[in-house]
Amino acid sequence: MDINAANQEAMGRVLTAQPVLVGVGRALDLIPGMSLDLILHAGPPITWERMSGPLRGAIIGGLILEGRAGTEAEATALVERGGVRFEPCHHHAAVGPMAGVTTASMPVYVIENRAAGNRAYSNFNEGYGKVLRYGAYSEDVLARLRWINGTLAPAVGDALQRAGGLDMKAMIAQQLTMGDEGHNRNRAGSAIFGRLLAPHLARGGLSPEVLEQVLRYFADNDLAVLNPVMAACKATMDAAHGIAGSTVVTCMARNGTDFGIRVSGLGDRWFTALATVPVGLYFPGFSAADANPDIGDSTITETAGIGAFAMAAAPAIVKFVGGTPAEAAAATLEMYEITVGENPAFGLPPLDFRGTPTGIDIRKVVRTGITPRVNTGIAHRMPGIGQVGAGLVRPPMACFEQALEAMADLAT
Amino acid sequence: MPIQGEIHRSTYYDSVALMLAQREARDQPGVEDVGVVMATDANKEILRAGGLEFPGLAGARADDLAIVARAASEEEARAAAAFAMQVLTRRRVSTAGDAYRPKTVASAARALPEATIVLISVPGRFAHSVAREALDAGLHVLLFSDNVPIEHEIALKARGREQGLLMMGPDCGTAIIGGAALGFANQVRAGRIGLVGAAGTGLQEVASLIHRLGGGITHAIGTGGRDLSSAVGGVTMLAGLRALELDPGTEVIVLVSKPPAPEVAGRILAAAAACGKPVVAAFVGATVEPTGQVQGATTLEEAAIRAVQLACGTEAALPPMRSLPEQEAGRLSTDQRYLRGLYSGGTLCYEALVLLRPHLGAIYSNSPADPSEALEPVTRSREHTVIDMGGDEFTQGRLHPMLDPTLRLARLRQEAADPETAIVLLDVVLGYAAHPDPAGALAPVIREVREQASREGRHLIVAGSVCGTDDDPQNAGAQRAVLVEAGVLVEESNARAVHLARLIATRQGKREVRSMRKVVAAAAATTAWPEVGRVSALLGARPAVINVGLDLFAESLQAQGVPVVSVDWQPPAGGKQHLLDLLDKLEG
Repeated sequence: MDINAANQEAMGRVLTAQPVLVGVGRALDLIPGMSLDLILHAGPPITWERMSGPLRGAIIGGLILEGRAGTEAEATALVERGGVRFEPCHHHAAVGPMAGVTTASMPVYVIENRAAGNRAYSNFNEGYGKVLRYGAYSEDVLARLRWINGTLAPAVGDALQRAGGLDMKAMIAQQLTMGDEGHNRNRAGSAIFGRLLAPHLARGGLSPEVLEQVLRYFADNDLAVLNPVMAACKATMDAAHGIAGSTVVTCMARNGTDFGIRVSGLGDRWFTALATVPVGLYFPGFSAADANPDIGDSTITETAGIGAFAMAAAPAIVKFVGGTPAEAAAATLEMYEITVGENPAFGLPPLDFRGTPTGIDIRKVVRTGITPRVNTGIAHRMPGIGQVGAGLVRPPMACFEQALEAMADLAT
Repeated sequence: MPIQGEIHRSTYYDSVALMLAQREARDQPGVEDVGVVMATDANKEILRAGGLEFPGLAGARADDLAIVARAASEEEARAAAAFAMQVLTRRRVSTAGDAYRPKTVASAARALPEATIVLISVPGRFAHSVAREALDAGLHVLLFSDNVPIEHEIALKARGREQGLLMMGPDCGTAIIGGAALGFANQVRAGRIGLVGAAGTGLQEVASLIHRLGGGITHAIGTGGRDLSSAVGGVTMLAGLRALELDPGTEVIVLVSKPPAPEVAGRILAAAAACGKPVVAAFVGATVEPTGQVQGATTLEEAAIRAVQLACGTEAALPPMRSLPEQEAGRLSTDQRYLRGLYSGGTLCYEALVLLRPHLGAIYSNSPADPSEALEPVTRSREHTVIDMGGDEFTQGRLHPMLDPTLRLARLRQEAADPETAIVLLDVVLGYAAHPDPAGALAPVIREVREQASREGRHLIVAGSVCGTDDDPQNAGAQRAVLVEAGVLVEESNARAVHLARLIATRQGKREVRSMRKVVAAAAATTAWPEVGRVSALLGARPAVINVGLDLFAESLQAQGVPVVSVDWQPPAGGKQHLLDLLDKLEG
């Protein structure tokens, strides 16, 4: 087994990936294996008993949204008598931020990787405040989801049709030169997203009131592009998965209880360990005591070489890494120590347009003792309260050590 | 006395950082003893033996940091422990700064693209993979680390040879490449003499004496102490010899070593004879049969003198011996019969042994010239004794005496108190990375013990030499003056100090033994030269260095204005052996 050759193959597939946002549709219709009794969630597999507050809250909200329960109590009872199946988004070529809860009737973005032909999916971003992805399920949260479902998604889908799709790789490359790192900061990317869609939305025959609502969604939500970015990363990394002998990490994800990774040459196995609480800055009135352990599929961005790996590109959020642009550059430089190569498509201006560190090699992680950096939002540990801060987290080393052991077993 | 001990979980510092912190904490008020160590089983044993056991030590693991202090009061013990931790963290902060410190050789090479040499001083068991990474990246290596398994040395040198790269070490303490002093090395004038040496302080002594004699050097290439063993076969010395042969600036070549394995010496000397430049071979303790342009030298001093004569064409000589041995010896009491050598330089110690034995008989030592003269236990001298204080017996968990004089000072007091001691023989080794003022550390103790002896009716003679140049950071002239002021009979070279000591000691009783000098001669057949094109390129320019391990070496390179990048090295896989085994398997 030639590991280096296998990793080069994996890298080749990452570098040549062409993720294009081609459209919008219903999860049930598009996501492979989706069914009415199935709820997708972030991170590795988990049982209801072990789920954290925000994930449970999001599932309750999802069941109410789907009309399968009217109240929290009904939803809980339905789950407890086995009426709901849970599976990771990652098992269905999908990703979702924070709780990542995706139900059958929800609209999803469709990303097509035009190099490898695979597709990936992600739900819509709800914006800030009380939102389902942080476990909130009050009536206003559900109303917002219904508006996304009934109004925003069709409008965006329609605009994308007329636009002929949106080249996500080019979009990400641009946002990295405009102060985004693609995970915690997506302000520039969301602006580009809205700008590119705007003329096509204008021709969609929407009433002025509806058009205003849709445009305001893009005007107000700096995270609007996060979900398609994540799906683009997912489509990219899925193409690099399943190469015999490759030690490249193709997925990192958290469910609020466990952190899990998957490795290209190790099939569908998850290597998990308990998720930790991110180290970060908290919104006024909150502290680390309020924080839920790390949650969300958004770590797919770091897996694909952006997010915290592109920290050097995002001077506006250097407070998360100590406060100076030099520290932000150092954060990216550290990630080159554990990656197979660089992605020249994503040049970082502060590093003389050096490509982002790409393709985490579990061997390098274990040898150097450097775990990947992850930029992340921090959820309140109680359902329904929402985001309480943002910061930095690293996966437990145990995930990588277990994967290394599994790879060594295969090699014998 | 109260003891304050603490365990810091999963906190790694390299041993020199720990020992420097230990040394500084020991100087705190009221402190009797301090231990600052990684809690390995061996170190825990050392702490226990030193009466520094404390609750929690037993349960600490090898990747935990243990800090313990014993002091007159509990407060002072606590303060000393806290101070030690401060010293450790202070060092970290001062070297980190704002800029990124690379964690691997590969990223350091990216940060310093002009780098040509990687200077490695990580613990021996981890050295192979770092050196291998460097060679694979096309970089020359100076491997300072000792305790590297010989099979690793053989493999690394084979790889170096294959790649046309210079693999200096393991256990290579000294090199001067393109004017840059790497490891423990001196500031030596540029000139026409090139050196290759398997003996660190041997190289330092020859290079410093060349400077003293008005000559200068091109390069001093280190090979590591085992290079001329049968198992390793002189790979690096051969490459160094070849590179100096091809080096246009080098007109004379000096080879320095303890006695090599005879067949390896044969190969090296045959190659030297074929190289077309005059070669002086100083295989301390062995006689070299002259062949063609190759001549031998009995002492390191003689090697320097011959080399300078060959390079400059003029008679070179050191000033005559200053002391009057007869007069000194006449002041000894009848009981004062023995010589006690306390060396910090291994080769200098060995040179003393081989020069003294033919005249004084058995010389007991921790690195004896003959196994029958092994000093047991090493803590107690016996008759004529010459000790290498840099030997493993004295450096377990401690700094080398070239960095920390504490242990040698204690031993000096011990020898001085022995009524049978006639003369104490010392070396003082200067240069980059060495103690900033070794003579200044020795002088007060020398003065004190000589006065004490005199009160007891004894005349205690202390003789020695300073290995170094006036251009060294410590300034050899100033260091000599400090020693002379303290009453030391300071000679121009180690060989001369030994000679003086010998003349005095033989006055007190001669026990000549017929000792068989090893004779080595060139082999009949010559070995094929290795390809050294990249070594020539290295020698052709001032080096730029990637430092992996002791910050000390990076700081000394910075002081010399040599471009250097330090790798923020941590034990791979947290030092967990089973993971390292898996990685070896998966990295092939």
